[in-house]
Amino acid sequence: MNTIHDMGGMHGFGAIDAERDEPPFHEAWEGRAGGILEVMTFPAGFTVDRFRYLRETLRPDLYLTQNYYEQWIYIAEQLLLESGMVSAEELARGAARSAKRTDAIRADAVWGFLHDRTHSGRDLDSAPRFVIGQRVRARTMQPTGHTRLPRYARGKTGSIVSHHGAHVLPDASAHGKGDRPQHLYAVRFAARELWGEDANPRDSVHLDLWESYLEPA
Amino acid sequence: MTQHSHAHDHDHDLAHHHDIHSELPSDPALRVKALESLLTEKGLVDPAAIDAWIEVYESKIGPRNGAKVVAKAWVDPAYKERLLRDGSNAIHELDFHGRQGQHIVAVENTPDVHNLVVCTLCSCYPLSVLGLPPAWYKSAPYRSRAVIDPRGVLKEFGLELPDHVKIRVWDSTAEIRYLVLPERPAGTERLSEEQLAALVTRDSMIGVGKVAAK
Repeated sequence: MNTIHDMGGMHGFGAIDAERDEPPFHEAWEGRAGGILEVMTFPAGFTVDRFRYLRETLRPDLYLTQNYYEQWIYIAEQLLLESGMVSAEELARGAARSAKRTDAIRADAVWGFLHDRTHSGRDLDSAPRFVIGQRVRARTMQPTGHTRLPRYARGKTGSIVSHHGAHVLPDASAHGKGDRPQHLYAVRFAARELWGEDANPRDSVHLDLWESYLEPA
Repeated sequence: MTQHSHAHDHDHDLAHHHDIHSELPSDPALRVKALESLLTEKGLVDPAAIDAWIEVYESKIGPRNGAKVVAKAWVDPAYKERLLRDGSNAIHELDFHGRQGQHIVAVENTPDVHNLVVCTLCSCYPLSVLGLPPAWYKSAPYRSRAVIDPRGVLKEFGLELPDHVKIRVWDSTAEIRYLVLPERPAGTERLSEEQLAALVTRDSMIGVGKVAAK
């Protein structure tokens, strides 16, 4: 979706405020918010792509002004509500209306849970459509759902740098449509192709793009 | 079915998110406390598991992991070759697995090439080797500017690259995570792998800094 999260190439956000010796969390509640969204019981079929999509549904003004972990609370609330695991009434009242479940991840399972080997790579029988070095154009498209093709690359021409194998397609996975794996490629775009003649001719930007995002150039 | 709804049928779940802000505490600390207590009551989260998760990222998984990878690549040419050819497996050799670490590509800085990693769309970061990302990495200024103005961004981090250096920006749009292999600083020939690891900074592995010999 074309909203504020897709901010590559925008102007106006000012200088980068890099803090020295920054702690992992600035306030205790940030860690609680992060932890909830990592070790809570997830609804069936929940994916990292759904997580990212839900963050994108945050109102643009709040996306820009809310603390990062406050946005995680929003994501947790949204996924609990949409899955029916928590009702709006329960959330508003802060009191449960259902019996307590007993299958939440326990503390001694967290390390193993964080180190499970699940990943987005998938086997795919079809041969990759593109080869290393081939010129490709990122499609011009405006999906209203989740996608990982940023606006700044759409319609631009680059070349295939590497093939990562096949991976889960976020555009499908974010919307409950399964993995629908596709070949995934690293694509190099010259900075001048993306940004025009003022860009440094030596510089380039690389994006990992799924096959359906690309067409031969 | 109207034409409009038909056209958007494939995105049936769009814009159905719940507008709950008016009913919830505006203070995030209170809001997260209420959520944790509700989820605990429903048995959907164990507070001790949240404690354990926090402890992992406060004290167990951080940029020291990545620094060990870099130092090993500096002293062991065969390891460096494996790291650049198949980053995931070379990093798994050191037993660094886990979240956002199953597909890692290491990109090498040289006197002629400088790599810089960003996630313009959210905050993707190689957690298994660098821990949690710093706030600036997740911020609008960095995400918006790293792709269009990498040299200006680097200058803000105190790094002014000669004009002949090629900058390669890596926008982490998929589940591939990028780790920059920084240049080994001159004058460190006598240092052990452990001493070298102590020099490697988080910023150098994102690409916004160089490693100094101290």
